[in-house]
Amino acid sequence: MSEKNQRKVVIPGEVLAKGNEYLPGEGTERRGSEIISLKYGLFEDSNKLIKVIPLSGVYQPRRGNVVIGKVENITFNGWVINIGTAETAFISIMEIPRFVNKNELESVMDIGEMVVAKIWSINKRGIDLSLKSRGLGKIDEGIILAINSNRVPRVIGKEGSMIKLIKDETGCEITVGQNGLIWIKGDSIEKELHAKRAILFVAEHSFLSGLTEELKKWFDENRK
Amino acid sequence: METPKLNAERIKKYIEHEKRFDGRALDEFREIVVETGISKNAEGSARVKIGKTEVLVGVKMDVTTPYPDSPDKGNLMVGAELTPLSSPRFESGPPKFPAIETGRIIDRIVRESKFIEMEKLCIKEGEKVWNVMIDIYSLNDDGNLLDAAGIGAIAALSASKIPKYDEEKEKVLFGEWSNKNIPLSKEVPVSITLYKIGSKFIVDPSLEEEDISEAKITIGRKGDYISSMQKGDLKPLTIQEMHQAIEVSERVYNDVLKKIEKQLK
Repeated sequence: MSEKNQRKVVIPGEVLAKGNEYLPGEGTERRGSEIISLKYGLFEDSNKLIKVIPLSGVYQPRRGNVVIGKVENITFNGWVINIGTAETAFISIMEIPRFVNKNELESVMDIGEMVVAKIWSINKRGIDLSLKSRGLGKIDEGIILAINSNRVPRVIGKEGSMIKLIKDETGCEITVGQNGLIWIKGDSIEKELHAKRAILFVAEHSFLSGLTEELKKWFDENRK
Repeated sequence: METPKLNAERIKKYIEHEKRFDGRALDEFREIVVETGISKNAEGSARVKIGKTEVLVGVKMDVTTPYPDSPDKGNLMVGAELTPLSSPRFESGPPKFPAIETGRIIDRIVRESKFIEMEKLCIKEGEKVWNVMIDIYSLNDDGNLLDAAGIGAIAALSASKIPKYDEEKEKVLFGEWSNKNIPLSKEVPVSITLYKIGSKFIVDPSLEEEDISEAKITIGRKGDYISSMQKGDLKPLTIQEMHQAIEVSERVYNDVLKKIEKQLK
């Protein structure tokens, strides 16, 4: 791969720019006249505003994010979900749009099952999840793949271009959770694994620019 | 993250068709890389990589009194530590079941295969013998730490030199080595761990496969015979399955031996 399409990867403490005309943005800090990186990630300079887009680190929950989680526990009025954050997330029984017997919550979702949900609110008690939207709910079939949550934007691509390419090439349904868990469902296991390998390719090469083109090449090379 | 039930169902279904997620055959190992001489202070050391799984093994020697039941033989101690840096599943603190199990299994493989010629490690019968300590540290866990530790122990022992010993002062001169190796048998023992998933046996599982396996059996082989065996996990094995496991292990032993023989010193 040529030097040109490699984006610059920086590590914490690395000096990114010198001089007072530069401004520190996300993931950076001013030390004297220098701007240093606080994170391991990709360097970005837009009009003297220095930014670092992180490549690793834990998932920071935001309101409105669609996430994939695992049912950890069942309480008297809902389910405790692990979405990879420090706080546990909760789905209330009110989110199920039909009658649910309170003694048989496990018949709706049992411990160990996976669920797609949206973050409804974040408060000091924890995170509340919602199922009241299209495409949300329990996952019945398919495989789950975990990548670093900071690489999710690359997997989705600009306006969903990357994920659309993967869906078209493999014929699988793919749901990407903002917390880095990805659900792949296809007609056959081979197709699902093909999609999995494509996503891992994107996640491993997230420091490249023009990644969609690289992925197209990858698909040409790996077509059966 | 623990492997979700969804993936478990898919993997099981796939393995019933004799196929695995990473495209390997059921009895195929990942690439094995063995490096020796990693530690400056150890008598011998080795780093073993099986795919992304990585294990560091060191050998240290000391002079002690022998055990009363074997006054003319050297001592062997094996310890394993599954370090938190190798996986988010391991915590620091006193060793838990998997770490103790790893140490015990490797101990059994090295001891029962008579790989080290213990009689030659005796300095004075009933009073002074060499004590061989093998320490295993996990560096990265991507499944099959057990077999990596087994290969590591063998590689580290093969690369070990006995330290100099001052007979008059009765002191081991650490940091200075004699030109003698630890006396080892010619044939190399290797442990093969078979994991049962559904009705099939696989070797060298990935982390996902290790998670969903219900029964495992570690078979220590040396040449044509079996020297040790340890059954792990909860589910039982039938007699037919045991026969099948032994048959598979023989084939895999020869494959693995071919892969590592050149890399051993």
